[in-house]
Amino acid sequence: MPYIAVEAHLPGITGLLEYRKDTAQPIRELTQILLRGESTLTEGERELIATVTSNGNECKFCTAAHTAAADIFLGETETSACIKTDIESAPLSEKMKALLVIADKIRESGRSVKPEHVERARAAGATDLEIHDTVLIAALFCLYNRYVDGLATALPDSPAYFDMLAERLKNHGYMRLPQGYDHLKKNQQ
Amino acid sequence: MAHIKLNNELPGIRGLMAYRPETEVPLNALVELLLRDDNNTLTRGERELIGTYVSYLNDCFFCQNVHGALAGHYLNCNIEQIDSIKHNFQSTDLSPKMKALLSIAASVQKGGKNVTEEQIEAARTEGATDVEIHDTVLIAASFCMFNRYVDGLGTWAPQDRQFYVDRAPRRAEEGYQSSVYN
Repeated sequence: MPYIAVEAHLPGITGLLEYRKDTAQPIRELTQILLRGESTLTEGERELIATVTSNGNECKFCTAAHTAAADIFLGETETSACIKTDIESAPLSEKMKALLVIADKIRESGRSVKPEHVERARAAGATDLEIHDTVLIAALFCLYNRYVDGLATALPDSPAYFDMLAERLKNHGYMRLPQGYDHLKKNQQ
Repeated sequence: MAHIKLNNELPGIRGLMAYRPETEVPLNALVELLLRDDNNTLTRGERELIGTYVSYLNDCFFCQNVHGALAGHYLNCNIEQIDSIKHNFQSTDLSPKMKALLSIAASVQKGGKNVTEEQIEAARTEGATDVEIHDTVLIAASFCMFNRYVDGLGTWAPQDRQFYVDRAPRRAEEGYQSSVYN
């Protein structure tokens, strides 16, 4: 049971963002800029940063949601599965591996990022902006994961919910749906 | 030295915000709403204290001094009094409700799953509302982001703590949205 009264048909983060729509707005905007805005990292790569952070924080809702989103963008499921157990063995470029390692360090603490982690990414061709955005995406998911689990939000009844959610994240991004989320009520029955 | 070339000399998060103005806008909008908006039953001082305490637990020098100075400004406390709250808030004369909320914030800092039903019940018993509990969790979670952003990119911070105390009144007056260059 969630610790506060969120709408029963909105598991995970969605119920929280609807509970306090004013604070939701800048959180949504920040996520939209970082994960969908113009970037030299692909949407799939940025979803992998969200996935590796959420997985390290053991946040089931966020891990499942961003795994599903990454899988849609990448068109395969192997990479997201791999990074959750061993970043180095994933079928990714050296640059992406280095960025995912930075994200994993950020998850531990900002102070865990050492010059050699940044040097590895830079040597593999990462730009300053890519390093910046990796850090901020991982930090943002440290917010999300704590928000979702700190208020004990519910998981959806069916794992199929995440496929639907991932479609929405691909097609609409992270801003609030103009029509809200009441249409999801019927899916609960 | 920051891990990336920021092309400015501004300390802490201000250097990062000047580097990437697009993400600065929602970051400052969030903190303005959470910490400074007057439509809130927690005082600005109480909310700054939550931010200060989480930043202290995350060992982020810049954030704990910025927000500690603001908390001190609002609550009429000096640095030593803010420090004693950081080091052991249970032994201070904060209200039982604030102590219960700070205990929730400390659990959020460790990880979301550390927040227990007993902690929530204790806060409720002391009169905390659902929105206050929500905001405590979100403020604590937000500082887990801000602290990581500031330290994860290796930004510099003025070491003289009076620097932060001196800036606090103007920040309290003008808010976060004008904080980057002023």
